[in-house]
Amino acid sequence: MTPDIALILTVDGLANGAIYLLAGLGLVLIFSVTRVVFVPFGDIAAFTALTLAAFQMQRVPGTIGLVAVLAAVASLMELGAAVRRRSADGLAQRLFGYGLLPLIPCGLAWLIAARDVPEIVRIPVALGLALPMGPLLDRIAFRPIADASVLVLLIVAIALHFAIAGLGLLFFGPEGFRTTALVDGIFELPGGLVITGQLILMMASAVLLAVLFFLFFERSLIGKALRATAVNRTGARLVGIRPERTGVTAYLIASALAGISGILIGPSTTIYYDSGFLIGLKAFVGAIIGGLVSYPVTALGALFVGVMESFASFFSSAMKEVVVFSLLIPVLLWRSLALAHGGDEEHEELDG
Amino acid sequence: MSAMLEIADLHVGYGKVEAVRGVSLSLDKGRIVTVIGPNGAGKTTLLGAAMGLLASRGVLRFEGADLHELGVEDRVERGFCLVPERRELFGEMTVGDNLILGAYSRRKDAAFVKSALDGVFDRFPRLAERRRQRADTLSGGERQMLAIGRALMAGPRLLLLDEPSLGLAPLIVRDILRIVATLRDTGVSILLVEQNARAALETADYGYVLETGEIALHGAASDLLNDPRVMATYLGGATE
Amino acid sequence: MNAALRPLGILLAAGLLAAAPAALSTFAVTLMNYIGIGALVAVGLVLLTGIGGLTSFGQAAFVGVAAYSTAWATTAGGVSPWLGLPFALLTTGLAALLIGAVTLRLGGHFLPLSTIAWGISIFYLFGNFEALGSHTGLSGIPPVSIGSIALIDSRAVYWLIWAAVGAGALFGANLLDSRQGRAVRALRGGPVLMASVGIDPFRTRLVIFLIAALYAGLAGWLYAHMSRFVSPAPFEIKPSIEYLLMALVGGASHIVGALVGAGLVTLLKNWLQDVLPHVTSNAAQYEQIAFAVILIVIMHHARGGLVPMLTRFLPRVRRAAPVGTDPLPRRTLPERGETVLVVDQAVRRFGGLVAVDKVSFELKAGEILGLIGPNGAGKSTMFNLLTGALRASSGRIAFLGQDITRMPQRRIAALGVARTFQHVKLRPAMTLVENVMLGAHLRTGAGWLSGGLRLDRSEEARARADAYAQLARVGLADKAEDLAGNLPLGQQRILEVARALAADPVMIVLDEPAAGLRRKEKEALAALLSDLRREGLAILVVEHDMDFVMGLVDRLVVMVFGARIAEGEPAAIRRNPDVQAAYLGGVA
Repeated sequence: MTPDIALILTVDGLANGAIYLLAGLGLVLIFSVTRVVFVPFGDIAAFTALTLAAFQMQRVPGTIGLVAVLAAVASLMELGAAVRRRSADGLAQRLFGYGLLPLIPCGLAWLIAARDVPEIVRIPVALGLALPMGPLLDRIAFRPIADASVLVLLIVAIALHFAIAGLGLLFFGPEGFRTTALVDGIFELPGGLVITGQLILMMASAVLLAVLFFLFFERSLIGKALRATAVNRTGARLVGIRPERTGVTAYLIASALAGISGILIGPSTTIYYDSGFLIGLKAFVGAIIGGLVSYPVTALGALFVGVMESFASFFSSAMKEVVVFSLLIPVLLWRSLALAHGGDEEHEELDG
Repeated sequence: MSAMLEIADLHVGYGKVEAVRGVSLSLDKGRIVTVIGPNGAGKTTLLGAAMGLLASRGVLRFEGADLHELGVEDRVERGFCLVPERRELFGEMTVGDNLILGAYSRRKDAAFVKSALDGVFDRFPRLAERRRQRADTLSGGERQMLAIGRALMAGPRLLLLDEPSLGLAPLIVRDILRIVATLRDTGVSILLVEQNARAALETADYGYVLETGEIALHGAASDLLNDPRVMATYLGGATE
Repeated sequence: MNAALRPLGILLAAGLLAAAPAALSTFAVTLMNYIGIGALVAVGLVLLTGIGGLTSFGQAAFVGVAAYSTAWATTAGGVSPWLGLPFALLTTGLAALLIGAVTLRLGGHFLPLSTIAWGISIFYLFGNFEALGSHTGLSGIPPVSIGSIALIDSRAVYWLIWAAVGAGALFGANLLDSRQGRAVRALRGGPVLMASVGIDPFRTRLVIFLIAALYAGLAGWLYAHMSRFVSPAPFEIKPSIEYLLMALVGGASHIVGALVGAGLVTLLKNWLQDVLPHVTSNAAQYEQIAFAVILIVIMHHARGGLVPMLTRFLPRVRRAAPVGTDPLPRRTLPERGETVLVVDQAVRRFGGLVAVDKVSFELKAGEILGLIGPNGAGKSTMFNLLTGALRASSGRIAFLGQDITRMPQRRIAALGVARTFQHVKLRPAMTLVENVMLGAHLRTGAGWLSGGLRLDRSEEARARADAYAQLARVGLADKAEDLAGNLPLGQQRILEVARALAADPVMIVLDEPAAGLRRKEKEALAALLSDLRREGLAILVVEHDMDFVMGLVDRLVVMVFGARIAEGEPAAIRRNPDVQAAYLGGVA
């Protein structure tokens, strides 16, 4: 391998790593606030890419049906809960939030689907369709068992991935799509290295979003309330922060991150209805490097995963998945050693 | 006038065990009432139930409203605030952020938040010095100050204090309880739960002695202070 | 249901299964074969996930390792399938040990996440090895032969598969009712109790992980020689989730649940494959959605699975009390009055906080020492130093003349230190007698194999008799076969004392044993502790109930802010002004 090739591979890897970075931040956010390992994150990203691809082909995207189905299920669950409680307190508000609000992006998407509108309209609408997915999945699958152990939540998250990936195939079909590049242009750097505008866009967006993410959590009251919930749930309740609401906020932010990841990755690889799983899992490797708590270490870990993947595919494209997932073993080993040294206090992991 | 806080025949259980059995007490506005008793008497359980962190049966009313119908967060919004035994601070966040979050229930009133913050810093100058420091780097006494300060940020009408002296050296306990006493002058009513009986009774107007989940004695704080039966609940041996 | 009916039920089930091929169509027999293979994997998962609380999303990968191993050995290597079996179990076992050694130290959610990762890695490996036929797989695998009869026909393979299922289910059920099986059942409540009775939680996890992988390996071997062709697809993550579903649907904590679950899931899958194509062209997707939704609904509404929902209405099997069996041999206690424990200037810091500050005291055989002090005085930390749950920052602790300051908890337990916990640590789903038998773990020695093969019966009988004797001693004999979780809190504390006694200790360390007890119960406990003192046990009690303590102990040590402020007889301690001030908060 020449240094040139190594450089190209590194740049490529960093671009993919940028996607894992956004996904990793979303995963850590949801885990720290709700204790859910949100496996369907990657699915939302993949569906957003497929939505944009459908718009570009002037077709109606399957996401509309998917979001509508989820909104209907969530509304039915709210009604059921109200009947069981024998009280309609707040029901109207919940039905509006879970049943009606998600239909707004659906309507917009319906309107523009068959028309020749500029990308600048299509992208926000595709993102708009991504937004309600996280909160709806939360309401349907996780809210009823909010007090369950992390393990039970994880089993549900994985099952949920398979359920919505199945729905994805129904709504999108088995074909894969690649969206057209968001930006054109090729840049030649001194030394003969060629970088596409798309790669620059991916990396720049990730950096920008990561900075925004950081500012949001450091500066805004909502961001602080999210952190507070993650750090100490009881403490958060005692100052009047409602964990359910912070949960919804976390899912909204994660959905937005997932949507943006999907838009960014769409032009660089062919996305299928089930591509999200592997995207999500690779982001997990990054998140696990960060111990599912640290945002900066997760970001570094995600970039590392991207570069490793890029180098691995140079040597054997078939084996790249094996390499990336085998990477977990030394990471876990390191984590478990760290655990063995710091694991002084008593801990009980009861679950029922 | 009816009491600000009214608890009657309250039962709280974990599974099949009742940790609080038929406790009744009341607190009038502007008073400091203390609940003392040895470890394991059910004091923390009692406060947990009042705050809504634990399920309970019995009468639980605050300013005429049935607390059973309100969630923890609703109670906070009504000015019913708990400083828990375990402090429950946001350890990885700064002292300043902890305080700002204390006013989360009043977040729409920027002027209130600012004056409340000034008020807390006046009362606890130490916290002002350390406002940019992470909460988990504070000493035990400072943590207790921060926990009280955070609760004050919500503009409480009734403050429930769970063992503010726990793990603190006697001098710091004095300081903290002196500050607690001054809170009453600003219109905050206080329910003080303590194991440190003498310090609590010196601060309070009225006292209840809790023993194995039941109220064993109650009376004016100054009377209880010299009552040998109080000592008996702690070290045993005295006759009924 | 009565205990005697149990073997009858098993015989009946075995008879039905044996007669089944005669009554069923060839297709139904093939279906039964798939159910059997699924059931074997699911039995392993019940042991691992349902009982041990360790979730695996990668079990299909172990099935695959075994299937590919035997396929490769019998095609490329040309050996007999009967040699393929040990080879397949060896490779699967090695893979499990390797993966387990790395991942099983991880807590909670890291473990299942890592199972996804290695599950996928192994799947991709299959598809990329030339020697394993890449994505096309390996074909021409020979059938298993018994003598000159080759088991080619699905009716012939049926016997082999269901014999394996029967043997596997029996082994699993036996294991759960043995010394090591109780350790597995205790895993779920966390490591603290386990270490205090001398069980190594990591080792227990590793072995049960290995056993579950070997069940999957056996299933993989059967699968390879039944279908006589292997390719990567059946070993990816979706089938792994189906296996998990089988274990969870049936009832994750019951061996029978694995069989029921495997049957239900396989039949449902088959039914969906029959029905869906008539309704939609996307049958496979609806199948996937249906399975995932069922799994979510189970997690929401029936986390225990179907079997427990049904058995709830049946009376529990109760065993008879042992009669005429000798209890386990006992150790010789030190002479009364001999010093057994010496704590010398023990210090324990947590960051800047000194929780135990240069505390010294001694304890003699045949003596009860009380450790008292207000909340936060460092009593629990002192306890944890004595039992090895925490290590002292400095100072020295000696027990029976041996330095135990840096000794791991299990070795201290083996020397004869037994304890109870302030926050009761029992296994609520186990019976009283089983909980007590956990305490005798170090006095017994039966291993995994002898437990599964029922070679441990004489030792088990003695351990049971011993546990009954301890229960009788604390007054709980009449409830020996009840579940510990159904006891009121006071009696749970007493049960912990019985468990501590089952270790045949030299010293017992009791953390607030009287809390939550009624007056009569307290009196009975005090009488029991006095008896134990007379027998020569050394007893250390942390207690807040002063009436209880003052009337019972020989000496008291008072701790405040981590330091020992007084030591002496109860009457003197009560008059001590420092102690009074410490309790009631005196002048500074």
